[in-house]
Amino acid sequence: MTTEYLIAGFGGQGVLFAGKVLAYKALTEDKNVSWLPSYGPEMRGGTCNCSVILGDEPVGTPIVLEPDVLVALNLPSLDRYEDSVKPGGRIYLDSGLVDREVRRSDVQVCYLPATALAGKNGIDGLANMIMIGKVLSDLNQYDIPAIEAALKKCISAKHPEMLELNFRALELGREYQE
Amino acid sequence: MSQKVLMKGNEAIAEAAIIAGCRHYFGYPITPQTEIAAYMAKRMPKIGGTFLQAESEIAAINMVYGAASAGVRAMTSSSSPGISLKQEGISYIAGAELPAVIVNSQRAGPGLGGIQPGQSDYFQAVKGGGHGDYHLIVLTPASVQEMAELTVKAFDLADKYRMPVMLLTDGTIGQMMEPVSLDLKVESAVEKPWATTGTEMKREHNIITSLSLVPAELEQWNLDRYAKYAHIEENETLWEEYMTEDADVVVVAFGIAARVSKNAVNAARAEGIKVGLIRPITVWPFPNKPLAALAAKGVSMVCVELSMGQMIEDVKLATECKVPVSLCKRVGGIIPTPNEILEAIRAAKGGNEA
Amino acid sequence: MIVFDKPRSLADVSTSYCPGCTHGIIHRLVAEAIDELGIEGNTIGIAPVGCSVMAYNFFTCDMIEAAHGRAPAVATGVKRARPDKIVFSYQGDGDLASIGTAEIVHAAARNENITVIFVNNAIYGMTGGQMAPTSLPGQITQTSPYGRDPKHCGYPVKVCEMLSQLEGPEYLQRVTVNSPKHVNQAKKAILKAFRNQIEGKGFSLVEVISACPTNWGLRPDEALRWIDDNMIPYYPLGVYKDRSEKKEEQA
Repeated sequence: MTTEYLIAGFGGQGVLFAGKVLAYKALTEDKNVSWLPSYGPEMRGGTCNCSVILGDEPVGTPIVLEPDVLVALNLPSLDRYEDSVKPGGRIYLDSGLVDREVRRSDVQVCYLPATALAGKNGIDGLANMIMIGKVLSDLNQYDIPAIEAALKKCISAKHPEMLELNFRALELGREYQE
Repeated sequence: MSQKVLMKGNEAIAEAAIIAGCRHYFGYPITPQTEIAAYMAKRMPKIGGTFLQAESEIAAINMVYGAASAGVRAMTSSSSPGISLKQEGISYIAGAELPAVIVNSQRAGPGLGGIQPGQSDYFQAVKGGGHGDYHLIVLTPASVQEMAELTVKAFDLADKYRMPVMLLTDGTIGQMMEPVSLDLKVESAVEKPWATTGTEMKREHNIITSLSLVPAELEQWNLDRYAKYAHIEENETLWEEYMTEDADVVVVAFGIAARVSKNAVNAARAEGIKVGLIRPITVWPFPNKPLAALAAKGVSMVCVELSMGQMIEDVKLATECKVPVSLCKRVGGIIPTPNEILEAIRAAKGGNEA
Repeated sequence: MIVFDKPRSLADVSTSYCPGCTHGIIHRLVAEAIDELGIEGNTIGIAPVGCSVMAYNFFTCDMIEAAHGRAPAVATGVKRARPDKIVFSYQGDGDLASIGTAEIVHAAARNENITVIFVNNAIYGMTGGQMAPTSLPGQITQTSPYGRDPKHCGYPVKVCEMLSQLEGPEYLQRVTVNSPKHVNQAKKAILKAFRNQIEGKGFSLVEVISACPTNWGLRPDEALRWIDDNMIPYYPLGVYKDRSEKKEEQA
């Protein structure tokens, strides 16, 4: 089984980092992994996305064209990628930042005001991890040792306090009920 | 077995070069290969190596020429427009028979083009690129693991044959992360008695040059070099075959195009089309033999390229135009989708039946 | 008693230079410097493209032939690979001051610990006498048949003056070899440029104003006088930068 993720938002929202956490978690679980960022001027403030493919089979193309899971952290990302999600797939929206509903009826949608939730809990900037917590929980992938191992790989040893904060964000996502 | 780590393709090249014993990197910033320079800038000072940002691509390749003359493993990397600037130096390196490794993380062209991936430097890489009769060995990785393995191989081949070796990759493979094992096997270092390291008054002086004003001598140099190339064609050609045994149609693609093609081959197989994939790993020397063998069986070919059709010429030469060869392409920085390739496979299959 | 002998670092072959050309003198001065410093077995030279393209046959140390203008980059590669070796480039004016401008400026800016011998004869000799970046205003050449017109093709590049504006280089001096006195001065400068490298001081360039009787259309003796009358007024001899000297003064 292979799951294709597309995470999209503005540069600075932690799109690439969120993808990295997914990728490292799968690596610790011995899965096949690819992580592909959009690159170029997007990195410097525009829109940004990253393709993550995790599964049991070797990864062919690393480019996710029809995601099983779309995480859209802003409206342009929803506008651009909504139609590409596989029928039966999932869309996760930061509902505080995306002020419209998903038009499709053949996908599961989760509206999660992640940025607002992060602000309320004093972890501004970690909306990305709240979203990932929810995704992992919904997909029955919320394996705490693997998540901790992944966070340790993604967070510089110079900022040990970030480990705790990121984990709290993931937990907020896991606990969130619509 | 060593543990796998997640790395970008470009970082894997840089780390593998260090593992291969390269301690001299000269480069100039250009997207999408800059991670290689950034990685080297960070690592080289810590291991007693040299990272030097040159004033130009031209200077960078000539610094490689100098370092290689002095007998060390040296490399440079760039992307398409920068590789064009390096061609003079590459021709000199080939002419002076120096070992060196050059990475081209291709972007779409011509001119300044774009920064998204391309494969349209194929002709430049395999047909010479600079002036004069010469070849590079050209390796085309299709995964981050191969980025690492073929980088080491590039240094080994460069030293073994005293010639420039190019890693021809693209923005996608360079930017993507995959698990990679850095447990890499490096051939033992070769002696370089020809290097200009100072005579120490113990031998005649060594001269590194590509100049001969005596035509008969220069002709002989060329003949000798081509004898070496013939040996390389016989012994160093690499390719991957995927589901070709019973195939009626074979896709030929390298690098990122081969990865996307694999998805399309799997999808076509699911439809019952007998299709396979030949993925050249060296594009010079080109895998003529397996392609000729397939052509002898009447297998039609689909070339998938991020160019207007460059490798397809080599496929037609290899198959001596005995079978239909079609092209599935996207350019401008766009990568063909598996569906587009699937369509091309269906069309090739249909052509067979008609 | 031998009063005149060939320096050990000069190969026992005849050179490819024209009668009256001063490349031969400059080669000899470089070879004498290498001999006197005892660095022959430890030195790697870089030859340019131009009249001195075959210089690799004339010196007995290890030699590399570089692409046109790229000798400072090649020298950089050698020096970075073998910091314990002595590396020099030997370049003409077309090579260094035209096609290789970027390479020389940045080698100087980096204070690359190399020695550069820059031979300025204000003409492209090898290709038969075309206008050089250092050809004088009014100078007649094959490609400036009516005389170099600065309004059309600009002014000569004064390399020592230009490089002296950089923070990087250690030592820049312009000399000539058209008289015994000048030859002695040139010898001292070249020795110093090599010694600087041995002492790790950094980038040292000696510009040698040289004669090209063939392409200037002059007899050898006229060519030497032409240096005094035309070249030196435009390219004044002297030290353009000497960082160590300055430090000594300050001390």
